[in-house]
Amino acid sequence: MSMFSGFQFRKISTPVHNLDPRIKFIFVIIIFAIAIMFSELPVLIILFFAQIPIVLAARVQKEWIRSMRGAAFLAAIIFATNFIFSYIYSGYIFTPWLLENAIALTLRFVVLVESFSVFFLTTSPDHLGLALEQSHVPYEFCFAFTTAVRFVPVLAEEAQTIMDAQKARGLELEKGNFMKRIRNYIPILIPLIVSAIRRSLELAEAMESRAWGAIKKRTNLYELKVKKGDYILLMLTVAIVIVAIYVRLYVPIPSFSSVFAS
Amino acid sequence: MIEVKDIYYTFPNRVQALKGVSLTISDGEFIAIMGQNGAGKTTLVKQFNGLLKPTKGEVVVDGINTRETSVAKLARNVGFVFQNPDHQLFCESVEEEIAFGLRNFGFEKNLEKKRVDWALNLLDLAQYRKTSPFLLSGGERKRVALASVLAWDPKTVVLDEPTIGQDHQQKEKLRQFIVQLNSQGKTVVVVTHDVEFVAESNPRVVLMTGGKIIADGIAEEILTNEKLVTKASLVPPQISQIFLQLADLGLPTNVIDIYQARDVLSKYMEAKHK
Repeated sequence: MSMFSGFQFRKISTPVHNLDPRIKFIFVIIIFAIAIMFSELPVLIILFFAQIPIVLAARVQKEWIRSMRGAAFLAAIIFATNFIFSYIYSGYIFTPWLLENAIALTLRFVVLVESFSVFFLTTSPDHLGLALEQSHVPYEFCFAFTTAVRFVPVLAEEAQTIMDAQKARGLELEKGNFMKRIRNYIPILIPLIVSAIRRSLELAEAMESRAWGAIKKRTNLYELKVKKGDYILLMLTVAIVIVAIYVRLYVPIPSFSSVFAS
Repeated sequence: MIEVKDIYYTFPNRVQALKGVSLTISDGEFIAIMGQNGAGKTTLVKQFNGLLKPTKGEVVVDGINTRETSVAKLARNVGFVFQNPDHQLFCESVEEEIAFGLRNFGFEKNLEKKRVDWALNLLDLAQYRKTSPFLLSGGERKRVALASVLAWDPKTVVLDEPTIGQDHQQKEKLRQFIVQLNSQGKTVVVVTHDVEFVAESNPRVVLMTGGKIIADGIAEEILTNEKLVTKASLVPPQISQIFLQLADLGLPTNVIDIYQARDVLSKYMEAKHK
């Protein structure tokens, strides 16, 4: 469950939380795009550390660390596969560059998780829905999206209860070999899926009985406004894009392995 | 025997659910843990099979500290039936569902079959042996959940909110069943805020509020104490409410079930006629 809580929103008020979700989303997408643009380790390290001040400003360090810990397992797999396969392709010759490349690709994943975790940790589901609506996304999609986001913690809690219930019947999740361990999760997944389906049917009925979709054009009580801080972030984002594209096109980035070799 | 020694429990989200709870449950006892929502009842009983470990203090089950063993080992002796049966049913048939726990505890094939048959008959589920638990009604699913725990014959059975979502008849059947289990020597712990349910079986009652035990004694005394009961956001059973109203007549106020009430009232009438 640690992975889930790494994305779970907690209502507090900081400059980061008060930013317009649309601008914040653009910022996250740009970080995402840059992480994809570069596979050089130095750039990815900069991207990783550049987001830490935002985490601190938003006072979500604890949750952020949890999300990083949740990503650790997948990161380890990405590192291992990249390293092993590039080692095999290079004809079983180890070079420091192989290692650096595998680290870089792992860090790329970590940066992606980091940026999305920061976004979801600092943006309330309601704001997110508003942002989508005001970007003229059809309301049905906005609603589906916000509902999905809002139900993540509910499902996480339910998964915990189910786990407890099965443990109380003698299920030992950590017992057995790899395949057995995967099978151990069946008694947890089936009740979870069944209850999620049941819950969605109930939600649909509750919505219908409250005349969901009766009127095509909806109005909102709150509207998002782009403020000064948002413009600053937007300008910063544009600047980052320009610098990133310039660097990509015209600046050769040295790798650590070549620097240390020479 | 379950010994709870001055335990505190704080959830990861920093909510303090138990604030210094001590309790001893002897073998063969029937005990109802009552109190309002959020009083810490479920948090307390989850300590009995090690699902939760106290932040401070210790829980000792049959001489074993819950910190020093696994949930699976404790669960062998402390069966736990969850509030919502849908949180544990997942097999293709009722039979499989009941066998699940037995397999986890390593029962032999022969014994497993015997125990499954026994549990199916015990809870009147034999006709649903091959049916999918998902096709059963709410009350039946609850019985399957109960059967799946009783099958491995744990020494203690903990039932979390057994009466929720059951009609009156089901509830009465369940109550009689629980009383019967207890009379056969099982330790039974029931978590509930259903006062009528408790009043009719007159067990030991532990009243909780705000993560603390505020009263511990026989139902007759605790459920008829208006002040205590109100503190735990409950109301006395209807029968005792009547007797509390009739206190001016000099009638006893610690009456909680119909049979007691009949005796008291008929004696009163007789005395009056004389």
